[in-house]
Amino acid sequence: MSAHATSTNRFLRIFGGPFGALLALLYAVGVTYLLTLDPRSLLARLLLFSALALIYFIPQRPAVKFLLGALLVLMVVPAVGLRNPFLLEIGFQVAVFATLALGLNVVVGFAGLLDLGYIAFFAVGAYLWAFFGSQQIWHIDEPPGTFTVYATFPFPAWWFWLFIPLGILAAAGMGIILGFPVLRLRGDYLAIVTLGFGEVIRVLANNLDKPINLTNGPQGITPIQRPPLPEFLTNPALLATLSQWAGRPINANDIYGFFFYFLGLLILGVTIIIARRLDRSKLGRSWTAIREDDVAAVAMGVPLRRTKLTAFAIGAAFSGAMGVLYAANRTFVSPETFSLTASISILVMVILGGLGSIPGVVMGAAVVTLLNIDILQSLSLQLSSLRQGADSIPLLGIPWKNLPTQLDPARYQRFFFGLLLILMMIFRPEGMVPAERARLELHEDEGEAILNAEIEGDIAPDEKLAD
Amino acid sequence: MSVILELNKVTKRFGGLVAVNAVDLRIATGSISSVIGPNGAGKTTIFNTITGIYRPDEGDIRFDGQTIVGMRPDRITAQGMCRTFQNIRLFHNMTVLENILVGAHTKTPSTAWGAVLRTRQFKRAEEEARQEAQRLLLYVGLPRGLGDQLARNLPYGQQRRVEIARALASKPKLILLDEPTAGMNPQETESATRLFRKLRDDLGITVVLIEHDMKVVMGISERISVIDYGQKIAEGTPAEVRTDQRVIEAYLGRHAESTIISMH
Repeated sequence: MSAHATSTNRFLRIFGGPFGALLALLYAVGVTYLLTLDPRSLLARLLLFSALALIYFIPQRPAVKFLLGALLVLMVVPAVGLRNPFLLEIGFQVAVFATLALGLNVVVGFAGLLDLGYIAFFAVGAYLWAFFGSQQIWHIDEPPGTFTVYATFPFPAWWFWLFIPLGILAAAGMGIILGFPVLRLRGDYLAIVTLGFGEVIRVLANNLDKPINLTNGPQGITPIQRPPLPEFLTNPALLATLSQWAGRPINANDIYGFFFYFLGLLILGVTIIIARRLDRSKLGRSWTAIREDDVAAVAMGVPLRRTKLTAFAIGAAFSGAMGVLYAANRTFVSPETFSLTASISILVMVILGGLGSIPGVVMGAAVVTLLNIDILQSLSLQLSSLRQGADSIPLLGIPWKNLPTQLDPARYQRFFFGLLLILMMIFRPEGMVPAERARLELHEDEGEAILNAEIEGDIAPDEKLAD
Repeated sequence: MSVILELNKVTKRFGGLVAVNAVDLRIATGSISSVIGPNGAGKTTIFNTITGIYRPDEGDIRFDGQTIVGMRPDRITAQGMCRTFQNIRLFHNMTVLENILVGAHTKTPSTAWGAVLRTRQFKRAEEEARQEAQRLLLYVGLPRGLGDQLARNLPYGQQRRVEIARALASKPKLILLDEPTAGMNPQETESATRLFRKLRDDLGITVVLIEHDMKVVMGISERISVIDYGQKIAEGTPAEVRTDQRVIEAYLGRHAESTIISMH
């Protein structure tokens, strides 16, 4: 973990050694305590997130960091989630978007192919399960909004497990279909075509309600089946115990919260491992090579076509799996979710976190998702509760209730993204957790110092090796 | 004498411009040859046509007895031909070792599945490729420990050497070097020239150079082809080419002698 060692600043250094590990643990315990005091507190949630980020950055052995992280993610979050299920929901969404961002990172970060329609592959996975996991197949001849909801489904719910690999295959196939026509394009041209592709998928979802009703148009498909829970999880004795711990009734729906949280984490974990391993393989090097200089890459024997297509296919595959999971989690899928802004959000996560950097991208996804569904929403909520009261804004003396609703923080989501991106580009263009490569670039001076030391006295080194 | 590379009446046009005009070229296996000519004569275009970056409009190119016209550049590299570029085209944001590993692309048997599953075969292939890359790094005369540096941080002369190491990683039978000593100082040039000879003498690689430094060309080449305005105007041993009237004209202008005389 030399990357961390060199970037460790004085603040983080206090977390080194066994004492530091204890300190980090104490911090985690403190955050947990705050969370149990008030499971609904935004501040406590943010501190929890900061604890996770801190654990990543501290100078400890990977095993120690992994243990601390697992403690928070696998034990603290579910435990607090018993009392505040929203925490699990946030965790699930972060896992979903982190996986999407990792997929986009393969295409944009590793292979350097700017894809502005990435959400389309997520849509493919989501609609795949939405169609087969709902009653849509029975309504294929009926226009939207005219049919009744039945109590049974055409296919058993456990097919969900089959559709995760199918979603991967379908999205990867779509990746290749998109890849072919754009093989010859670069830069801006590529961006425009992929943007168009993303829109085509969304418009198709919007309009494929006639002549045969495949997507149910703008109304979306619902209800979508969730995978059956194993018996032992819905056992009344267990639910009763959990209810006692939580201090509120826990039903099967709550169990689904845990189920999706852990399944999301599992898929995210697998995605991280695959992305890491590919990055450090021949294929990963080929991606970087075509990003750096495709003519030179081809001249070195890298097949351009196949390398680009695998980038599109593998990037898409990640989001295909998450699409299926997302459809089951929401039990509802509509074209709205797959808009251009969604594609751009994911791109923002990748750029914010650090192009080509796996931990960066995950962190970027977490920050953007938190901002999106938690921080701004919570602030809006607090503002609206202030608006109900008779208090005035301090210093200004204007009553809260006269504050126009246009100032609602949730409405400024795009504004905050824009601001965040601009600030990042000015102060930290390589992202929050820069990729190893970007880091090396920024430490050119250090690199040259080493270089010069080694070169001294090395006039004609080839002769020494002439044996 | 067996011929490793053979160009028959190769023509390449860009719109109305005939960049390469019916050029014949025969490169003997195991030889060191040079292609020379004034700037803009079409030398690099010939290299680009040979390596498949351009497709010739007319003519045939045979490598190892087999036609390679229309073959993808990466396939041609896999056949055993590799090159360097006039304006160094390293992967700047990759490390030196990674650059060389990309060169070894066609010779590294690891697959994406192997990488994901971390199979024993994958690990072995990667380890072998790394060791080979490290060996090549030393072979082209770069100091040990340079492998982890970003290519962009290297001085110019070393970048040229990395490019040669990268090309060697594809285990070529024929290597095309496009102005490999451009921008080097005399010592560097001399050391590089020794390296080129070593490639042939130790590794048995056929070497073709495009070169402007006449000292290098005359010193190392067994055969020289002279290109001017896309056409081959002369061919032969260094001694033959040196005294060829058309070559002198191409380099110094048609009225060179009279100009020089009138200047006195």
